[in-house]
Amino acid sequence: MATKVHMEALSPTMEEGRLVKWSKHEGDPVKSGDTLAEVETDKAVMELVARADGQLLKVMVPEGTTVPVGNVVAWIGKPGEKVDGTGSQESGAGAPKPAPNPAAAAPRPAATAPAAPVAVPADATRVKASPLARRIAKEAGVDLKLVQGSGPGGRVIKRDVEGGATQARAAAPAPGSKLPAPSGAPYEDVPLTQIRKTIAKRLLASIGPIPHFFLTTEIDMERAAEAREALNKQLGDEGGKISFNEIIIKAVALALVQHRACNAWFQEDHIRYWNEVHIGMAVAIEDGLITPVIRNADMKSLREIGAESRELAGRARNRRLKPEEYTGATFSVSNLGMFDIDQFTAVINPPEAGIVAIGSIVAKAVPDGDRVVVRRRLRLTMSCDHRVIDGATGAVFLKTLKQMLENPLAMLL
Amino acid sequence: MANFDVIILGGGPAGYICAIRSAQLGLSTAVVEQEKLGGVCVNIGCIPTKALLHSAYIANLLKESKDFGVEASGVKTDYGVAMKRSRRVSDQNSKGVEFLMKKHKITVIKGTGVLQPGKKVKVGSDVHDAKKAVVIATGSRVKGIPQIGLEINKTTVISSDEALLLERVPGSLAIIGAGAVGMEFADIFQAFGVKVTVIEALPRILPIEDAESSDVLAKSYRKRGIDVIAGAKVTKATVGKDKVTLDIEAGSEKKQIVAAAVLMAAGRAVNTENIGLKECGIQLTDRGFIKVDKNLQTTAPGYYAIGDVAGPPMLAHKGFREGAVVAEIIAGQKPHPIKYDNVPSVTYCHPEVASIGLTEDQCKEQKLDYVAGKFPFSANGRARGTGETEGFVKILRDKKYGEILGAHIVGAHASEMIHELAVARENEYTVEEIDLAIHAHPTMSEAIGEAALDSLGRVLHI
Repeated sequence: MATKVHMEALSPTMEEGRLVKWSKHEGDPVKSGDTLAEVETDKAVMELVARADGQLLKVMVPEGTTVPVGNVVAWIGKPGEKVDGTGSQESGAGAPKPAPNPAAAAPRPAATAPAAPVAVPADATRVKASPLARRIAKEAGVDLKLVQGSGPGGRVIKRDVEGGATQARAAAPAPGSKLPAPSGAPYEDVPLTQIRKTIAKRLLASIGPIPHFFLTTEIDMERAAEAREALNKQLGDEGGKISFNEIIIKAVALALVQHRACNAWFQEDHIRYWNEVHIGMAVAIEDGLITPVIRNADMKSLREIGAESRELAGRARNRRLKPEEYTGATFSVSNLGMFDIDQFTAVINPPEAGIVAIGSIVAKAVPDGDRVVVRRRLRLTMSCDHRVIDGATGAVFLKTLKQMLENPLAMLL
Repeated sequence: MANFDVIILGGGPAGYICAIRSAQLGLSTAVVEQEKLGGVCVNIGCIPTKALLHSAYIANLLKESKDFGVEASGVKTDYGVAMKRSRRVSDQNSKGVEFLMKKHKITVIKGTGVLQPGKKVKVGSDVHDAKKAVVIATGSRVKGIPQIGLEINKTTVISSDEALLLERVPGSLAIIGAGAVGMEFADIFQAFGVKVTVIEALPRILPIEDAESSDVLAKSYRKRGIDVIAGAKVTKATVGKDKVTLDIEAGSEKKQIVAAAVLMAAGRAVNTENIGLKECGIQLTDRGFIKVDKNLQTTAPGYYAIGDVAGPPMLAHKGFREGAVVAEIIAGQKPHPIKYDNVPSVTYCHPEVASIGLTEDQCKEQKLDYVAGKFPFSANGRARGTGETEGFVKILRDKKYGEILGAHIVGAHASEMIHELAVARENEYTVEEIDLAIHAHPTMSEAIGEAALDSLGRVLHI
């Protein structure tokens, strides 16, 4: 019996793939693990490998075709075996296809369609709650959608609405509240408190799936610039010159170590506070953007960060990054300084809770006591996921980051 | 000697359900039982008494049948025949449990189990190992009151154990204790022509039930010729060869009661002796039950306790639930916690008494803002048709939200009707949902809807 070769989900978000090039041709012998084809995913060009031994009996899709994940692209079997030539129409049932996002997949009504009552998906409005819980919630003005149910199947019951109100009051953390002490584990999962749940839901209703807010600060880069010049002078012809990008990535990573509250993932019912710092670095590529990850950036030297970021950016531009090289960041940095942008806001890369947007370093006249001096200044804007980071939390992080960049020796502390 | 995942000490309701649920979850399971499977419930408790109560019901029905146009002459009662039938019913049930054990490939070890440290159970000379857990479900037994000379002698001072096996009834019977057991035996023996006196130390019969339930039942019993004395203390008991004389004090009144036999129906003792609890580090509560945490685990990790030994209420259905829940916990699941405030309580006498949740007195003690809704069966069409108009349905609802705080039913089939309220409370339905559910007409259950409406000031049929 011949084996189907499916378009596989080669990246976590891949829904379709473009068959760039067949590495094997009809009639070629193949072994499990052999590269059959190169497939361009939403992120990179990846290899599609054989999952069976035999002969590549039939190629179902020509090069250059875009195929949904799960569809049959080829057959492997014994020489001479008959195969079903219509396989490419397969719905993909049982194939390794990620669950489609119902929101994204829902057909949009055509703009010209006559106005009709819009059927609201049942899940959006229906809250499982006992009649008693509903009455208590109504009386107390509690929105049942914001309450985590503890009954069968997550049903909201009396104790949830009674407990919910008191818990929210009791658990309200002071700004900069203490997180659990870092353990040896790479991260700690902290269940959402009632107030965090409420913040999350209320803000979503207001501003979309990720409730962003932005904090901007202007940083004096004079000393960082001096330090950079000195370091590069010392490096001389060795190559691997230090750029501001590395200094900023390093400073961000070190500031995150001190402010774990910003080094976190929002995970729907809990927040994952990372004990490791992995910085995603936005890289512009043809037709898009990708964020390769500098792992454990807080523990790497400026030269290491520099070498790694250049290498990753180069491969990113050639679309040769592996999924593990562009996933798993705990925080991101986006730098448009080289494009002469004074200041901008970057969009958070979920599930991360924050990203800093780096503008150009420009010489400015700034007051210094009673005189005016010219200093090199950087405007930096942090985008925060308000479900994880509150204004004050972000502000204290930025203060540390600012101190580090304004006094680069602080990074040695 | 053998290895099992779970070894359960005791094959009564809690134990055998724990075994079945454990087996369902893929655990190798053994039950240690020294007597018949099914425990007190199946053999000398719930099941045979229900058989005898039905005999009593038929006897009472025939006495009144003339009114219904059916005349039965020469009606005779024979307790021995009724008793033998009840034994057959018990045996069928015990065999049923045996079948269930086989069906689920549960090993039944005959003998008396003694716990040993390290999750071991010794039966005779064999020691069995439990890899995951040992579950203690040794149940309870009847007890006398030796302090006042009423030690069970099995002839003139008997317990339910003996009462269930009598070939013929005594001429007269004094029953000490007017809880469910006492009231059920009073019903049975009175129907079989025995002069019955029930003596209760607390101020009213069925002391854990709502005061109104106690009152209605006491009135019904007195009407049938059962002497009910509540708030009475037995000061002295003289046990003779064929009679017992009891000196009792009820308030300022002193009385002497002479009966051919005394049935001790006041309390039960848990079976915690000589099963190795101390050796395993398993502690008891002040009241003598095995101390358990919210997962029913004892003070010794890996040893669980369920059923009567784990604490009140000492009811088979509470033990059933604990058995199932403990099996799931042992299998690593997270079952929903048991709602001990939502365990129905039923006395199967005639009329039946059933309840769930708080009594009206408890609502008052807890200073709850409640409203009582009540509907008598005398206003219920179905009850009039069957001539079973005694009793009522009473629902106590929270004034603000309509939560059903408690419900009490006295009447024919109360034991079957209480579950509407158990489901309602489990799902947190309020009195409004009770009313919204359409009740078939004519049924006794309509009285539940009417009581709900009454609590809202909207009763229809009175």
